Amino acid sequence: MYELVRGPLAWAAFIIFIAGSLYRILYMLAGSKKEKVVFPHMSLKHSLASLVHWVIPFNNQYMKQRPVFTAVSFAFHICLIVTPIFLLAHIILWDESWNISWWSLSETITDYMTIIVIAGCIFFLYRRLTDPVVKNVTDGSDYLLLAITALPFITGFIAYHQWFDYKTMLIIHILAGEIMLIAIPFTRLSHMLFFVFTRSYFGSEQGHVKHSKDW
Amino acid sequence: MRPTIVKREPVVDDAMDRAEAKLTPQQIEKVINEVIDKETGGRLWTYINTCIHCGLCSEACHWFLSNDRDVSFAPVTKVKDTLWVMLKNKGAVDAAFIKRCSQIAHTECNVCRRCGMYCPFGIDIAYMMLVVRRICAKLEMVPLYLQDTVHSHAATMNQMWVKPDEWIDTLQWQEEEGQGYVPSARLPLEKEGAEIMYSVIGPEPKFLAQLLGNITVIMKVAGCDWTMPATAGWDNSNMAMYSGDFEVMARVERLHYETAQRLKVKKIVMGECGHAFRGAEYDGPTWIGWMRPPIPLVHAISFYYDLIKSGRIKIAKQIEGPVTVQYPCNVIRNAGLGSKLQYIMNAVCENFVDLIPNDRHAYCCNAGGGTINCGPPWKKIRVQSARLQSENFKRTGAHTIVTPCHNCHSGIEDVVDGYKLGMKVKFFSELLIEAMEIPEHLKA
Repeated sequence: MYELVRGPLAWAAFIIFIAGSLYRILYMLAGSKKEKVVFPHMSLKHSLASLVHWVIPFNNQYMKQRPVFTAVSFAFHICLIVTPIFLLAHIILWDESWNISWWSLSETITDYMTIIVIAGCIFFLYRRLTDPVVKNVTDGSDYLLLAITALPFITGFIAYHQWFDYKTMLIIHILAGEIMLIAIPFTRLSHMLFFVFTRSYFGSEQGHVKHSKDW
Repeated sequence: MRPTIVKREPVVDDAMDRAEAKLTPQQIEKVINEVIDKETGGRLWTYINTCIHCGLCSEACHWFLSNDRDVSFAPVTKVKDTLWVMLKNKGAVDAAFIKRCSQIAHTECNVCRRCGMYCPFGIDIAYMMLVVRRICAKLEMVPLYLQDTVHSHAATMNQMWVKPDEWIDTLQWQEEEGQGYVPSARLPLEKEGAEIMYSVIGPEPKFLAQLLGNITVIMKVAGCDWTMPATAGWDNSNMAMYSGDFEVMARVERLHYETAQRLKVKKIVMGECGHAFRGAEYDGPTWIGWMRPPIPLVHAISFYYDLIKSGRIKIAKQIEGPVTVQYPCNVIRNAGLGSKLQYIMNAVCENFVDLIPNDRHAYCCNAGGGTINCGPPWKKIRVQSARLQSENFKRTGAHTIVTPCHNCHSGIEDVVDGYKLGMKVKFFSELLIEAMEIPEHLKA
């Protein structure tokens, strides 16, 4: 079982993630080309300006207005992306398979970062259950996406601390990670791919065409 | 997903009730799919597939905030209750649903784009509401009064059923009014090769004619070479843009620019109106495929800013007492004229009290986006949902609110009336006329 999830399924997950992401981005670009306004309105300068104001925490008025959400959201997203890439155990796997390796974070730090991701998921779950606006627009798919996101980190945390049966937990963890990779291009987790584009378009339309700002 | 709980007082709108009675499921399905497939593309698809349902847009919306955070007014709910269902059912929805869509998109959203600015992903929810309006318009599900203005555009090429002779007659009458201030003032009609064509919106000749007298004086004092057309094409307003009838919208904008080209002017200066600027500067040209206007379009705020800054108009006596301003969404958030508006307000007023929040973060007057044009049936909820802005005005303690936009002007008159604010509502040109210096040689 371990060989299956570590070998062919991992291959499949990465291939689907990369090819799927490319397909979805190309599909979006083709759709945008069909709309005559999108590309003529784009401007690199205003896209970057918009991104700078929205990917740096507290760099726009709305983020300052909601300090708790901003802090949680940034901590969650940074840890979500950074932890799996710079986790020692993951880098060892890359090293074993491909003979490539890079700088890793200490295991204590990644342990805390994992906790931050899990805590972030709990925070978002709490909002979904309690904030009337969010609750009203939440359905099964939103809980599923949250579960897909949380599961690799929960199982990874358990596996690292060797609670329960390590081998089983490890297999579940790898599977959970693969499910998340596959889900990214084909669910609304695709905001990971599209964020840059939607932000850039709105920034361009606001700045380049409408001579205003969007932060 | 559970349906949204919607609590509204019943509103009778004859046009919408008639449309509901005659629409068939086949028509609805066909139109929805036609619009989605042929008129939308990457933007809508990406917005729908990117929105993570976080609800952060709700904090941006004055409808949501003014109605005690009623979730049915939140921007994301408006998308949920319209497009999500249409897309999920592939257009298979009933007439009552389309009626509710029109109510949401036409009467409960000003397409002010504040929520887009507050969405972390920059998802343009106002654009999506315009897609909903487009679907509704193609199904003839448009509030009665709004549709009447569209009919007027289509039949007369102006918004208010102003007849050609009435137009010319009004201009000549207002030229005489202007001459009461400055005897040599002229309102030049059809002057080919003038530098500026001045265009206004339908309501100016209809019931705010004094504004035409004001501009006659201002142009004379500033020494501008200007003209106005004696033919259709003088109206720069565009309610068809807001109903969703983009074919009529395009006819209106095309005629406006063709009239300017016929008069061989270098630029169009337009009166104090926000939606008209949006239609002529952005929505019209992009629909036609021009991307940018063929002749530069200058909004009154920019025009007065240039005149005051360059000293072509001097201020003799500033307006006394606290004066505040409404920042019209379509020329501030969506055209970047905020600092110019602050400059001219400070120039003309002794004590300009700014709004909080101001500039592009300011709230909508709640009349824009065609909602005020939906007429008396929808007035109560419109004024009720402007509560937040009424509180912002009250806090300034001003005696006058300046509104460099016609929709804002009418909407805020209702707000002042509804919340007993006891403030005057004026256009900027009305203040300028009072404050500006009329040189000795021009005086009577």
